[in-house]
Amino acid sequence: MKSSYPPAVNIDLALTVIERFLRQELEKTGRQKLVVGLSGGVDSALSCALAVRALGRRRIVALKMPYRTSSPASEQDADTLIAQLGIRAERIDISPMVDSLFKSDEGASDLRRGNFMARVRMACIFDRSALHGALVLGTSNKTELLLGYGTWYGDMASSLNPIGDLYKTQVWQLAGHLDIPRTILEKAPSADLWPNQTDEEEIGIAYEEADAVLYLLVDERYTVEEILGLGFPEDRVRTIMGKVRASQYKRRLPVIAKLSQRTIGIDFRYPRDWGL
Amino acid sequence: MTDHIKMGVVQMAPSLGNLEHNLQSHLDWLKRDEIKDADIVVFPELSLTGYLLQDLVAEVANPVRPESPLLAPLLKESLRRDIVVGMVEQSSDFLFYNSAVYLSKGGIRHVHRKVYLPTYGMFDEGRYFAAGSLFRPVETAFGRIGILICEDAWHVSSPYLLALQGAHTLIVLSGSPSRGWSGGGAAASVRAWERVGKVLSQFLTVHWVYVNRVGYEDGLAFAGGSYIAGPSGDILLDGEENKEDVYQVELSLPALRRARTLTPILRDEKRHVVLEHLKRIEALHFQGEPRK
Repeated sequence: MKSSYPPAVNIDLALTVIERFLRQELEKTGRQKLVVGLSGGVDSALSCALAVRALGRRRIVALKMPYRTSSPASEQDADTLIAQLGIRAERIDISPMVDSLFKSDEGASDLRRGNFMARVRMACIFDRSALHGALVLGTSNKTELLLGYGTWYGDMASSLNPIGDLYKTQVWQLAGHLDIPRTILEKAPSADLWPNQTDEEEIGIAYEEADAVLYLLVDERYTVEEILGLGFPEDRVRTIMGKVRASQYKRRLPVIAKLSQRTIGIDFRYPRDWGL
Repeated sequence: MTDHIKMGVVQMAPSLGNLEHNLQSHLDWLKRDEIKDADIVVFPELSLTGYLLQDLVAEVANPVRPESPLLAPLLKESLRRDIVVGMVEQSSDFLFYNSAVYLSKGGIRHVHRKVYLPTYGMFDEGRYFAAGSLFRPVETAFGRIGILICEDAWHVSSPYLLALQGAHTLIVLSGSPSRGWSGGGAAASVRAWERVGKVLSQFLTVHWVYVNRVGYEDGLAFAGGSYIAGPSGDILLDGEENKEDVYQVELSLPALRRARTLTPILRDEKRHVVLEHLKRIEALHFQGEPRK
């Protein structure tokens, strides 16, 4: 069903808050640059464009990390964005690293391969951040963070995430106001971990519907019954609820067996900024 | 007593847990031209410590004493004008309060301990702070002034109690993160704060001085948007959002007199009616209300 949830993005306010967030949270750490992995998709394109607005093009390093089965069109889209934004780009072909693990394990599932690719990319991007004295820019949106549609310690790993409180449909809205190639805005979203993979097919729910249900559940604290009362289909609402719960661990640090008086994550509580 | 109060508003971004840095930035702000002849300069909530302290509360706490190294330089500055700052106060019985301190003529004139500690959503103050229990105006050279800290102002009785004790100006030190949007314009939280001040200043015929911080702590964007509402609910200052800034606005006591002459609602307040109701409500509460 069509719905007005989540509400339309207040573009000016979102840009102001996010740009200042990137500048101030980066500068607090003493680092000057951000490195961002560009997949050719809209999330990383938006994060990157926001970073350029916040810091200027010279302080952003884009990193392309294709695998041999990655869609060539995705890399072309990333190249168009790189040219449009005028930023420095580097390329690492992750195929040899990924293939070296699976060459003696040909039967590995798509899921294992996909997760490993995401973690190899994470390792590469953190290495580049050390090389450039940069922080790693996050590119996970609120929809995928809530549904757990991402690889733990893979694409979910970053230092600063400018778009983690924007649902996917809001990412499209905000991206539509920035200098982002139309092909990136218009293509079907895909993790591109195996050929012809699309998010919506894999999740089993259209983003528009998932975002509406998540917004009502999370932001407005509707009960499941209240959401069903609005006409959303029960099976998909239950599926969404189930995914949010099942992926809670991905949004937390590992659980620690408590032994002492003060335990990290339980009763040793300091803000991140304490350490800066 | 003067007819006009030159009110200085410092919309600054404290550095989290960094007392030395924050003390220096207070001293720097006080040198700013915009507020060089202010009568009173107000800083935001927890201006000397930062807001999202969590376990750091115990580590940045200081007794409110004139010899405290955190306060001594500010006390010296208070010889030139009155200053209101926010800090974590350590009491003599080793409790920690989210406090606002009124400094004047080299002395500590008043301490307000935040009464309402928000402990929901993004807030966790009840876990880290002891709650104050007193709303008492400060006697200043400019008349009686009431001090509230952020959430205090969302409990309608707090400004009411201060106004009934003769405060003609209420100062709200705030650390309010920007959140919520629909349509354009300021964040929903900023607009909500403005509504609150407009309504309460008109209800109580007081000057309402709202000083909110800016800057980021762990992703929270403190919104700024400091403002001053006059005794008829009119906006006298509409500060910028999301950036550091400093303002000076003249509050007119003759305007306050006119407002109270035209609309003497505070004069007609029936305190005993409120008191009798509160007593009855409280007695019922202790008897246990019938189950619905």
